[in-house]
Amino acid sequence: MAYLLAFPVFIILTMAQIGIMSQLHLLHGTGDLVMIALVAWTLHERGNSAWAWAMVAGLLISFVSATPMFAPLAGYLILTAIVRLLRRQVWQAPLLAMFLATMLGTIIIQFIYLIVLKGTGTPLPWQESLSLVMLPSFLINIILVLPVYVVITDLAHLVYPLEEEE
Amino acid sequence: MKTTFPRLLQTVVLLVVVSGVLLLALSGYLAPVFRVALRPFITVQGWLSNRYMALQEFFTVPRDVALLRQRNTELENQVSQLQTQVIQLQQQLREAQILYALLDFARARPENEYVAAAVIGRDPNPFIQYIIIDKGSDDGIRHGMPVITEQGLVGRVDAVTAGASRIQLIVDANSAVNVRIQSTQTNALLSGSLTGDINLQEVPQDVVIQSGELVLTSGLGGDYPADVLIGQVVTVRKSDTDLFQTASVQPAVDFTALRAVLVVMNFKPVDIVPLIPTPSH
Repeated sequence: MAYLLAFPVFIILTMAQIGIMSQLHLLHGTGDLVMIALVAWTLHERGNSAWAWAMVAGLLISFVSATPMFAPLAGYLILTAIVRLLRRQVWQAPLLAMFLATMLGTIIIQFIYLIVLKGTGTPLPWQESLSLVMLPSFLINIILVLPVYVVITDLAHLVYPLEEEE
Repeated sequence: MKTTFPRLLQTVVLLVVVSGVLLLALSGYLAPVFRVALRPFITVQGWLSNRYMALQEFFTVPRDVALLRQRNTELENQVSQLQTQVIQLQQQLREAQILYALLDFARARPENEYVAAAVIGRDPNPFIQYIIIDKGSDDGIRHGMPVITEQGLVGRVDAVTAGASRIQLIVDANSAVNVRIQSTQTNALLSGSLTGDINLQEVPQDVVIQSGELVLTSGLGGDYPADVLIGQVVTVRKSDTDLFQTASVQPAVDFTALRAVLVVMNFKPVDIVPLIPTPSH
């Protein structure tokens, strides 16, 4: 069920991402609902469904975005690996891990986007990319952490009720 | 006779007394007397009336409150529905105004065929400037078709699905448009940037550019039709050490508030890539 759940969750989140979040700017940065939801799920899941979630999220965003070379898919898979590693280290403080993983995730994903775009010939200056896109996106994602975390926590409790009671 | 007289006298006396009392009452002389005499009655009447009213309210008011609450809820619901309708109508009015403007633009250029489309999203990657519209290959849209509004050039179709298309805006950092400065007829290259600003590049040093000059598409390269408005020159940057001068352009289209666009259907972009000479090995 956890695998199948990725489809409705990320379809809804992708629609919200392109319809709402991409139009809410702080300077030129925008929030990444899909990434935050993926981070929250990876921190909560009991198994290997996070990889499937990362695949679904990456493919959906790669499909709607003009970002070349499936960069979102690669970014989300790398992020999932890092968050799973992080979960083992700071498992006693999930909220702290959530904030930490979101911060790391924003930097990793945006850095991958930047590298891929620069690699394909898009003229993006480093300093402006950092100050006008990456840092504002970082701030928006930090603001979005708590609400997304609460929703995904409830979802995880629905999917893994027995494990939670133990 | 003896009995009749006293009766008559009694009647006359009674009439005189009654008339006197009436006259005194009508002339106001008996008011203090009445006031004193009626006060106990009025007090009792008031007490009785108050008790009755209290009793009546006790039995009837709770029912009225329930009724009022019900009515209030109904009215609140009605107000909410009307507010929703007002918002919907305002939304429809805004959309209609935009569509009317696009229709006027299309009517003014009967040589072109257009398809109007609504903007339904933006690219999730903040480094690039793309929009998503609600028309796709089912509506005849193909890759490379130019996209405009009544204000000017928007961009071109980058990817198409059956029901939606992705448009690369001219403000995208990877966008390049061949343009012409209207007053001097000078050709130049217009490129986007990360910040959404657009700049004229490769303008020869000997060309004099003034701020406010109009920038139009030149049609060179075959990507866009000629003479579509792009914007106005704002500032010119010229350095003696550079080969070319550059200028920043204020776009005619407000890209942050794009809601509907027109796709030019009868313009077929020309792929000139095979004609570009490649360095021989």
